[in-house]
Amino acid sequence: MRLTSLGVVRGLVGYFAGMLIGMAVVVISRLVLGMSAWDQEAVWVGGIIFSIIGFLLGVGAMSDWLKWTRGVQTPLRHGPPVNQPAWTRYFGVDYNHKVIGIQYGVTAFMLLVVGGSFALIFRSELADSGITFLQPGTYNTVLSMHGWVALAAILLGIAGIANYLVPLMIGAEDMAFPRLNAFAYWLNVPAIVTLLISMLFGWDSGWTAYPPLSLRGPVGYQMVFWAIFGIGLSSILGSLNLIVTMLLMRPKGMTLFRMPILCWAILATSIIQLTATQLIGQAFLMLSFERTLGMPLFNPIYNAAGENIGGQPILFQHLFWFYSHPAVYVFVLPGLGIISELLPVFSRKPLFGYRWVALSSLAIALVGFLVWGHHMFTSGYQPYLRVVFMISTLLVAVPTGVKFFSWLGTLWGGRLTFQTPMLFTLGAISVFLIGGLSGPILATAATDLFLHDTYFIVGHFHATIFGGFVFPFFAAIYYWYPKITGRMYNETMGKLHFWLMTPGFWLMSLAQMTAGTMGMRRRIADYDPALGVENVQLLVTIAGFVIAFSILIMIYNLFTSAEVGVLAGNNPWRSRSPEWQIPSPAPEHSYARPITVVGEPYDYGLAGSTYIATAGAGDD
Amino acid sequence: MAAVTTSAQAAALHPHDAHAGHDHYAAQLRMNRLGLWLFFISEGFLFGGLLTVRFFLWGADTRPELDQTIGLIVTSVLLISSVSMRLAETAMERGNRKAFSVFILLTALFGLIFLGGVMVFEWGLFPSLYPAHLTPWGDKYGAVVFAMTGMHALHVISGIIFILIVWNLARKGNFSQERHWGVESCAIYWHYVDVVWIFFYPALYLIGNAVHVTH
Repeated sequence: MRLTSLGVVRGLVGYFAGMLIGMAVVVISRLVLGMSAWDQEAVWVGGIIFSIIGFLLGVGAMSDWLKWTRGVQTPLRHGPPVNQPAWTRYFGVDYNHKVIGIQYGVTAFMLLVVGGSFALIFRSELADSGITFLQPGTYNTVLSMHGWVALAAILLGIAGIANYLVPLMIGAEDMAFPRLNAFAYWLNVPAIVTLLISMLFGWDSGWTAYPPLSLRGPVGYQMVFWAIFGIGLSSILGSLNLIVTMLLMRPKGMTLFRMPILCWAILATSIIQLTATQLIGQAFLMLSFERTLGMPLFNPIYNAAGENIGGQPILFQHLFWFYSHPAVYVFVLPGLGIISELLPVFSRKPLFGYRWVALSSLAIALVGFLVWGHHMFTSGYQPYLRVVFMISTLLVAVPTGVKFFSWLGTLWGGRLTFQTPMLFTLGAISVFLIGGLSGPILATAATDLFLHDTYFIVGHFHATIFGGFVFPFFAAIYYWYPKITGRMYNETMGKLHFWLMTPGFWLMSLAQMTAGTMGMRRRIADYDPALGVENVQLLVTIAGFVIAFSILIMIYNLFTSAEVGVLAGNNPWRSRSPEWQIPSPAPEHSYARPITVVGEPYDYGLAGSTYIATAGAGDD
Repeated sequence: MAAVTTSAQAAALHPHDAHAGHDHYAAQLRMNRLGLWLFFISEGFLFGGLLTVRFFLWGADTRPELDQTIGLIVTSVLLISSVSMRLAETAMERGNRKAFSVFILLTALFGLIFLGGVMVFEWGLFPSLYPAHLTPWGDKYGAVVFAMTGMHALHVISGIIFILIVWNLARKGNFSQERHWGVESCAIYWHYVDVVWIFFYPALYLIGNAVHVTH
């Protein structure tokens, strides 16, 4: 087997070839136009755009479409590539949604590890006061990278869950647009490479990239802008695909209110991703153009009369948070959906208030569009806006409360069993509760003015993201691991992972919030020991390492169990969901016979109730 | 990890792509249409964002001094191009290949005239033909005009490329009276780009009083 037969290798060759071509195009154009040959901003932007296109051409994510433009028909390819080992399909363009789901999931996990490692690096610096080994500039770059790499990991992790599970759960053969699906995944890879390259040049504003700082910093910003644009475009295309799949590919009897509840969460998430993502893409493009061409969109310019004839920095904050706040719900809604999905299975009881839970996801998504201004209480906008955004933000607590109420109602009187996925589900609820309860404190303008940009907010959003994404993501990995590999993970190691990570996270979260109330600011490499936060900071760092160690156990568990784990059988959790009614691992074509839905999805414990029937099963 | 087993049996049960029956085409067409409209909704947020930028930076009472005659001409040309696109699509539905080719190429020509008008007169790329009065780096008026018309021009250019691909495929006989999703999607895309301009034209040319900025 030759190395170049792997799509990803060809893609990387295309990436660097494209980069050189793009740089050359810019240099030559500049010379033709009579400008100086070298301008690092313009040359890098040309290089980045061409490198991303080069990767996509190299990996072959567009080859079918390019053939269509010439009138060549291309049947959809199924199965692993011919004359090559089966594993190679994961390293090239493949159109099966289960393969793409695993590609997303594994990439997300790797990014989670990289992003977490960045956190450990700067957490070590913060363990005591004074500069020990990270200079402030490097500290800021590592911290900013932690932000975007972790967010990319979350976006890809959600895409992985959605791609793998949605067609299986609604009983569809595949996604609506398999080629678009593969394209959306492979667009992430050059974007991530570009994001990592930005580290070589540095960028120091934190993930928010507020101008004017992001307009003046090193050229690493250009890479960040275009990398995030690529990841954003990928999530737009992916969510479009998911919405079409869920609306048009459901089998007979699968009405919207009979879909597994996770699908509702993914639907709500996809609506946000489809629309709001355009705004951050646009905001980052505007930053890139302002840096490259000097277009004054965000940076003010004052003329002789003292009038501002340039841009306004606060405009960026509006555009940025119009995506980045709803994005928080993109991160947590699928996780909350996983909690709602798993609780009935491990409680052997119907999901309490199915319709309310389904609609609460939509409600959170829609209210989420109206709350972006709560990130800007201290930005200097019109003071009356504070009241408007405070009220709309507090409104989010209502549909979120519906979910908590449903979870308690589902658990109440259930016959609970505590395998690892259930433990992580309960852990998620406890951690999300910490994050949720600290929310109204920040949503209230009066208290936010004191807590803005402190470690309290760091504690708050890490608790919501861990409770809303990381814990449910781990629960999902343990829960669907037998579906993916056909084998069970090691239960003892799974429980060890849980009992290290959960108390570790409680400690970290509460200690971060404590440091914040004591006056510790975020995004600074050094702090005054007189604040009295040194002990708390040390606790946060220790807790961070405990969490990292527990995740190492998980990685070891997942790798070894794939080889030596007990064969799981088709339905180890006695779930009613369609994906567990087919063999594990799922075959190439999931549903050999189309299914029909004949009952309610969560009637656990009700005698004689059925959810799905397989067409033609009785004819054999 | 062998996550997805391959099974010749399962593949044999599913000759999905081998048969391109009517049901399959109809189902795919439904999905394609919904997908395209979702893409338009998404793009609507992009263009809506640009309009937001315009009103945020200029306010509702100011606008730059742009050439009104040119603006009216290019806008009219773009609107007329929607008519010729509709005629092209109707010709395809009636099986009139010759009329289809004429009208779709006419649409591309109108698109090129619009693009040329924007590049020569609004952007001032050829000062010997027409003196430039705005630069992207001068002030907020130049920056926003270039951002909005630039993003719109990118869509016009992709629309023209789309038209040329569809024209070529039609010439080779890839479409029929009943099955011409390529033509349909190209036409809807072109109308969409026109609709965006219907919002951009008043925002750039009509709303507010023209101001003369002193640098």
